[in-house]
Amino acid sequence: MKVAVVGAGPAGVRAVEQLVAAGLTPLWLDEAPDGGGRIYQRPPAQLSRDARRLYGFEAKRATALHATLDALKAHADWRPNTLVWHIDPHRRRLEVLSAGTQATLDFDAALLCTGAMDRVVPVPGWTRPGVTTLGAAQIALKTQGCAIGDKVVLLGTGPLLWLLAYQYLKAGARPAAVLDTTAFAHKARHAPGLLAGGAVFWKGLYYMAAVRAAGVPVYEGVRPRAITGAGDQVSGLAFETARGAARTLACDAVALGWGLKPEAQLADLAGVPFRFDADQHNWLPERDIAGRTPVPGIYLAGDGAGIGGADVAERAGARAALALLEDTGRPVPQDTVAALDAALARLAGFRTALERTFPFPADLARAVPDATLVCRCEAITAGDLRAAGGTPATGTARELNRAKAFTRLGMGRCQGRVCGPAGAEILAAALNREVAAIGRLRGQPPVKPVPLAEAAE
Amino acid sequence: MSVTDTEVLIIGAGGAGTSAALHLAQRGVPCVLLERGLVGGQASGVNYGGVRQQGRHPAELPIARRSMALWHRLVEIAGTDAEFTVSGHLKLARTPEEEAELVAYLDVARAYDLPLRLVGRNALHVDYPWLGPKVIAGSLAPEDGAANPRLLVPALARAARAAGAVIEEHAKVTELAFDGTLFQVAAGERRWRAAWLLNTAGFWGGTVAAAFDEAVPVQPLSPNMMVTEPIRYFIEPNLGVVGGNVYLRQIPRGNVIIGGGHGVSDPAVPWSRPAAEETRAAMALATALVPSLAGACVIRSWSGIDGEMPDHIPVIGPSRTTPRLIHAFGFSGHGFQLGPGVGAILSELVLDGATDVPLAPFDIGRWTARAA
Repeated sequence: MKVAVVGAGPAGVRAVEQLVAAGLTPLWLDEAPDGGGRIYQRPPAQLSRDARRLYGFEAKRATALHATLDALKAHADWRPNTLVWHIDPHRRRLEVLSAGTQATLDFDAALLCTGAMDRVVPVPGWTRPGVTTLGAAQIALKTQGCAIGDKVVLLGTGPLLWLLAYQYLKAGARPAAVLDTTAFAHKARHAPGLLAGGAVFWKGLYYMAAVRAAGVPVYEGVRPRAITGAGDQVSGLAFETARGAARTLACDAVALGWGLKPEAQLADLAGVPFRFDADQHNWLPERDIAGRTPVPGIYLAGDGAGIGGADVAERAGARAALALLEDTGRPVPQDTVAALDAALARLAGFRTALERTFPFPADLARAVPDATLVCRCEAITAGDLRAAGGTPATGTARELNRAKAFTRLGMGRCQGRVCGPAGAEILAAALNREVAAIGRLRGQPPVKPVPLAEAAE
Repeated sequence: MSVTDTEVLIIGAGGAGTSAALHLAQRGVPCVLLERGLVGGQASGVNYGGVRQQGRHPAELPIARRSMALWHRLVEIAGTDAEFTVSGHLKLARTPEEEAELVAYLDVARAYDLPLRLVGRNALHVDYPWLGPKVIAGSLAPEDGAANPRLLVPALARAARAAGAVIEEHAKVTELAFDGTLFQVAAGERRWRAAWLLNTAGFWGGTVAAAFDEAVPVQPLSPNMMVTEPIRYFIEPNLGVVGGNVYLRQIPRGNVIIGGGHGVSDPAVPWSRPAAEETRAAMALATALVPSLAGACVIRSWSGIDGEMPDHIPVIGPSRTTPRLIHAFGFSGHGFQLGPGVGAILSELVLDGATDVPLAPFDIGRWTARAA
């Protein structure tokens, strides 16, 4: 049996570990040069920062995961630097590009551990050079050891906002300010639900306390108004405080993000149905707690199956591999299965509390000014989208894929990965409908752009 | 269960169906257009966007000529030009045999007043220096062009509604009958009665025809389409080749739209998807045609469902079994340009009992010999 595992982050590594232990030699594909996923992304060899400084409290986990990854490479058909750009669930084939070389690979079962990316809300000026996502700023820090500017404002909400602020501090790149769109009172109200997270919760509190203790200006319950600047240079961030006062902070770079969203394109192309999850405020691929999907032979684990974080991903990867082994008639250790299921159930409760503590600011997305670009690839503004939900010559676009057809939102290089969530909110607001009622952008191959010369037959 | 009476029922809101609704409504005829999904959701909405006369079967040219006149009036008719541009259509030959086909078609074009200009090898590579060395001749149709298929049908539908037509989306027909006087049609709990029935249901037109005892050998056809990221605008004409295994055009915003081969589909869902190996084959053919495309990235690929007839031309005209039933389906992958004209023709068949375009070659009787 040929099992394909896509991804070598926490979920992928723990999945392959189980498959190899069962005597299989999985096909293992990952986009990065040396695995680790986004959270435990490895720096290039010439970068000398040690694991403790790169990963902080998570150094032990990162080191352990990297050690397992390195030990597993010899037992798998390991293919780093490989983009899986299409999956055909009927003929069970993957289309992949490995460092410029195309291949079509067969599989009997596929375990997709495709991870997550930042979720963005457009703010006027967000397309200016000097503005990145929180995740991109974190990757620059981890893999290049650099900050995105001298005076960096961090904006958004969620655990990553505070973690990055803390990591910047530790790296000697003190943020100019941290702006959280979630009010302090809201977070405090939901804190009791987070106690189930144990150490993760206490680490989160520690990050927040450390950032404040270092004297970094912190504003909570803010509404961003604009990232100002001239030409290709950021000069400030204008926002409204929780009390409604207009303020501007001088800065030369902004990192922003509002939680994460699954990179679920392969699951979509594999034909896995999606449902709207109210807590994550996003469409998630359907799967059971063990990672089984309604599509035979397709399993999901990690953030690509719904945001859960690295600790969940490690367990979910192992659990999905065990489900796959069990479904193909192989013996699996039932005590391990039971322990993983119990842990996953407990952590799911924590994740729900976390999502409620740091909610996606749908109201901010709905209020993006008409002139602001939503879709950067195709230069579609919020006003263009609202017009599609009005009465254009083509008639009203009553759902998101129609708006895509009429306006080109989500038709560019990113295929809606960046603009999708905010675009959906803007259209839903224009139609006076719930965002769950207007559908989701359909996935279309390739998952990411592929050069003609490389993919051609 | 309530029944809605109307004069003309139309099944299938592609280009032909919406144009028929528009033309009927403009002449004051009550009509209801039923669409199983959204208007322009299949072949008319997801095709390549070619607005092309060159290379058509001679029988189609009179319809194509009529339709082209409507394309030029689109802003007036539908409130948008649907990005229709007259860019010219350049059909290319890569072998002497293909060149001979281009030459032979000049006579066909002349007979139907379609302007064509043959461009020899030397002139071709001077006029279009970005063409690959394997291209040896071309035939330019200066009147032809392209449009955005995602916009045409929704715009025609909006105009039809404004003129008084009723268009019901998400209305999949579940019952079809003729009681000797009226057509009785149901979509789930909803029912309609009408004196006339127009079958513009694309691939599913075969199912409608079969309900009236005239089954035809229509097959699903799923064109394999893709588009690149925006690159410098340099390909002005819409490009095709003899044999049709690849076609591509660039829009002024820079994206290059490439078609070639066939995807996979399941009309029962309905569901369609490009086939990766066909996409990859089309990539190779496209870069042979225009070598500088090699470095461009494909960002998206797609397909849809059309109906293909064994002789590659549609069924258009009255039923052989049922009075006041008129078919127009099975456009075999090249109906986008024809749609507006076919709708006008259908309205004339209903209201005037005749049209100025010869329809004999499209008669459904060519497949239903028993009825004929």
